[in-house]
Amino acid sequence: MSAAYVTKSPWVVHYDGSSCNGCDIEVLACLTPMYDVERFGIINCGNPKHADVFLVTGSVNEQNKGIVKQIYEQMPEPKVVVAVGICACSGGIFKDCYNVMGGVDQVIPVDAYVPGCAARPEAIIDAVVKGLGVLQAKRDAMVKAVDAPAEEVAEAAAEEVATEEKKAGAVPPIFTMAEIKVNTMDFLKK
Amino acid sequence: MAKRTIVPFGPQHPVLPEPIHLDLVLEDETVVEAIPSIGYIHRGLEKLCEIKDFEQMVYVVERICGICSFGHGWGACASMEGALGVEVPERAEYLRTILHELGRVHSHLLWLGLMADGFGFESLFNHCWRIRETVLDLFEKNTGGRVVFSICKPGGMRKDISNENLQEMVRILNGLKAEIKEITDVFIEDSSVKNRMTGVGVLTKEEAMELCAVGPTVRGSGVRQDIRLTGDHGVYKELGFEPCVEEAGDCMARTVVRIREIFQSIELIEKAVEMIPDGPVDVKVPKKVDGEFAIRLEQPRGEAFYYAKGQGTKFLKRMRVRTPTNINIPALVKMLAGADLADVPILVLTIDPCISCTER
Ligand code: SF4
Repeated sequence: MSAAYVTKSPWVVHYDGSSCNGCDIEVLACLTPMYDVERFGIINCGNPKHADVFLVTGSVNEQNKGIVKQIYEQMPEPKVVVAVGICACSGGIFKDCYNVMGGVDQVIPVDAYVPGCAARPEAIIDAVVKGLGVLQAKRDAMVKAVDAPAEEVAEAAAEEVATEEKKAGAVPPIFTMAEIKVNTMDFLKK
Repeated sequence: MAKRTIVPFGPQHPVLPEPIHLDLVLEDETVVEAIPSIGYIHRGLEKLCEIKDFEQMVYVVERICGICSFGHGWGACASMEGALGVEVPERAEYLRTILHELGRVHSHLLWLGLMADGFGFESLFNHCWRIRETVLDLFEKNTGGRVVFSICKPGGMRKDISNENLQEMVRILNGLKAEIKEITDVFIEDSSVKNRMTGVGVLTKEEAMELCAVGPTVRGSGVRQDIRLTGDHGVYKELGFEPCVEEAGDCMARTVVRIREIFQSIELIEKAVEMIPDGPVDVKVPKKVDGEFAIRLEQPRGEAFYYAKGQGTKFLKRMRVRTPTNINIPALVKMLAGADLADVPILVLTIDPCISCTER
């Protein structure tokens, strides 16, 4: 399995979209002695800037979609997203609620889905391992891009910026208010 | 006057498994005021009763919160049974009480772990959660689920638990007592833990009553308040229940209340298993609900309220749930005023916040 080639310990950051806690405590249970993913070097780091894997539980709604997006954007490349629990996959039992937009993939790209309500720790670990395969593939792609001739990379980057700007429409602000909030919290934690 | 700064806390924060946002108004290092804002997890599940019939609604209500899911399922069933006008058999009441208390053991162990994590005692956190896994194994063996069980249904229990399994449960829990005592003694006796918790976040008896705090938060302030005393759910009257009360009103007192409740719950389970009668565990219920009913239940976090109103079809007209964390937030705001910035995480944890309950 390609995950075997990942040389650095993958760190995870966890965010609770609008889950019922069932999946959150199962994510935490993965980190504690019974399932103990720490033996593979996986730790929960709480800071998106240090994380490789983003575990999202629960569905997204108007209030939290900005936060999910922000955490995702603050994570350095390469990164993978794992949607934990049926809520995060599709909205699950709450799909028809008025304040549920659906799965996390409405807002950010998702690499691995964990079914189950609540998702079992074994399944979560399995998904993270699958995610590590994706992570390695993404890293390889990045390495290839760096090795490519400089002009090509510059061109690709310029194109990307152009599409980003087209998407954003106007000139984006340097920091949004909520970003400042998250940044302050990171600072406080240190 | 010192300059005031506003520090945002949450919604994504390492000590919070769930999102809540607080704006902390600081003067130097002291919190002058805390302004909570919620709404990150609101789903609006009460409205689902329009498209899910009352039996399906139990599954929805159970998923208000994955930590006290058994209690929520029980509350929903009990309110519907009241509206339907059915009595559940005695054995089912006993089984529900046993599983509810087992849920309390698991919930309090989980909270002790989170609290230890909150003040940076990683190994203690891991030990609490290690012990909790044994309780989850018991749940899995007897109900089939680790965190969400769906074993309650309107009219009783979906399946019986054999007497042998119940006795085994008691045996395992009794064996666990020594281990639990070993780690809970660290909370009570370790000097570094004491320094973080004694005298922090004091809530006096008067304040607790005025702010209508519930559960271990109010019992830690010396108020003898517990819905299990009313005896309108479960078999607590028969078991001779008496709540655990501590006088000091600080973080330590609330922790001690929860620690004592773990042992008390194990004792209650033991007594209930001795007294449990044989017999059926469910009764047939009508297919259509009419009438209305409200019931209160003591969840691990405090009083929860369930209300169901039928309209003569299989769909409920209204399902209403009021949960303990919602009610404890004013008490939390009161504790935060005047606290040190460094104490904010443990103060937030001390009410045992369950945000998915609060917002539903
Ligand atoms: S998938 Fe189930 S257990 Fe997980 S958050 Fe959703 S409702 Fe809760």
